[in-house]
Amino acid sequence: MAMLEIEDLNAWYGASHIIHGLSLTVEQGEILALVGRNGAGKTSTIKAVMGLMPRATGRVSFCGRELLALPAHERFRLGLGYVPEERRIVPGLTVRENLQIGLVSSRAPIDEDEAIDEIAQNFPRLKERLGQQGSTMSGGEQQMLAIARAMISKPKMILLDEPSEGIMPVLVEEMGVLFRKLRDSGITLLLVEQNVEWALKLADRAVIIDQGEVVHRASAASLLANAEIQERYCAV
Amino acid sequence: MDVQLIAMQLLSGAVLGAVLVMTALGFTIIFGMLGVVNFAHGALFMIGAYAGVAVAMQTGSFWWALLVAPLAVGALGLLIERFLIRPLYNRPADDPILLTFGLGYVLVEVVRIVFGNDGIPFSTPAALVGVVNLGIGYFPIYRLFVIAVVALILALLWLGLEKTRFGLIVRAGARDPQIMRVLGVDMRRLWFLVFGVGIGLTALGGVLAAPMRNVNPEMGALVLAEAFVVTVIGGLGSIVGAVVAGILVGLVVSLTSLVAPEMATISMFALMALVLLIRPQGLFGRAGA
Ligand SMILES: Nc1ncnc2c1ncn2[C@@H]1O[C@H](COP(=O)(O)OP(=O)(O)OP(=O)(O)O)[C@@H](O)[C@H]1O
Ligand SMILES: [Mg+2]
Repeated sequence: MAMLEIEDLNAWYGASHIIHGLSLTVEQGEILALVGRNGAGKTSTIKAVMGLMPRATGRVSFCGRELLALPAHERFRLGLGYVPEERRIVPGLTVRENLQIGLVSSRAPIDEDEAIDEIAQNFPRLKERLGQQGSTMSGGEQQMLAIARAMISKPKMILLDEPSEGIMPVLVEEMGVLFRKLRDSGITLLLVEQNVEWALKLADRAVIIDQGEVVHRASAASLLANAEIQERYCAV
Repeated sequence: MDVQLIAMQLLSGAVLGAVLVMTALGFTIIFGMLGVVNFAHGALFMIGAYAGVAVAMQTGSFWWALLVAPLAVGALGLLIERFLIRPLYNRPADDPILLTFGLGYVLVEVVRIVFGNDGIPFSTPAALVGVVNLGIGYFPIYRLFVIAVVALILALLWLGLEKTRFGLIVRAGARDPQIMRVLGVDMRRLWFLVFGVGIGLTALGGVLAAPMRNVNPEMGALVLAEAFVVTVIGGLGSIVGAVVAGILVGLVVSLTSLVAPEMATISMFALMALVLLIRPQGLFGRAGA
């Protein structure tokens, strides 16, 4: 059984029908790259999984549990982490508090100080800034914080919406190393990216969507080698 | 005019402000988090005062009234949220306004039916009767007690918000409810509790005010206007703003009544207009919010 199974997903913003019968699966312990041009419906797909689309139908199951009937907060508690496209660092809260909110509803009791220490090993820059207001950090640091906040509750799977956007190349490389490490420790990743080449190098498999539908599925390696398909569906 | 008189009047203003803060806090928190302008807030202040009267009559003790009435009215607030406000969350913003507006009238009428139109005197508890010499003049002990209670409640609120996990959830949920939902927080449950706490605070304001004012069915009307003014001056949804603006309004009203008593109520609206001109988001409001 796949970890995440999306079958015949349809989703709407008000009257606009955005996702049209989309199906995909993510296997336990893999990185799946979800790519496609601007407006293809990548963010909407992730939001439907997390419970943030105003309306969604079809079937989405995570570890065998049907998600669409559950409110967003209960989906998180099944072990789903989410790094939103806009990062959503909460203003008025320090870096430490922004990490703490990742723990307030975690499945198992987690020692806060221990968890923050552990996070600090992966993100040394955050460690130096635990007392700073999260929203005053640089874009790259905020992205790290958003990733750390999703990791801290030890989810089984993390959905990442364009984590490399606006981040300087050195940090993007570091991020790649981190994602591999997460995968090797058994965490499943769904990686939405505009930085297609980088995502394909990291991922095991790739799914391309266009206008709310899947248009191509392949192993990441073969898609990386296929410039024509990349050009057709991902060029901006 | 002599300095001592002004100082005493400022102290009276602080008492007035302290009661206002209790009401305005709940009003602004409920607006900031739930997005509901609670037009029943003044009526619930009045209900708090009557609940205080009722408990004091039953038990013969002001202290029981001070403790039980806010809790009971807070529980009423929970019921109001659960059965009247919650069904309207996905509806246009006007709907909760109309609902709470109507609810305010219903509560006033119910109190009229049960307790009658006339005001009920609520005597100052025996232990707090009398005045104390502050060096600049004599001041009622009960009024100092009101300031102390409000200061204590504010300190507890601050500790709760800054030092507890629940407080962290409230602060974060006020700024970004959506991210809290995907971090596993049931925002509806949070709103439910926040509404109850907000109503409990205004009820406490009602009980505290009761010995200083005439307890009557209309006493909430001015309080609602005052809470509204304080919220606008302090900045919509700002807790610090509600505290500072509440005290400020108390002081301004009190000083104005010293020189021109008939202008006292108007002065508070003038202050609001002034703040809106200079700083439209309010003293502690976030621009664009
Ligand atoms: N809040 C909204 N209300 C209405 N339509 C929306 C909303 N958000 C997105 N859309 C529309 O839904 C479609 C899919 O948007 P989505 O954000 O899922 O695309 P995306 O693949 O993530 O794009 P990008 O690469 O630019 O992030 C677009 O046509 C967009 O205009
Ligand atoms: Mg997107």
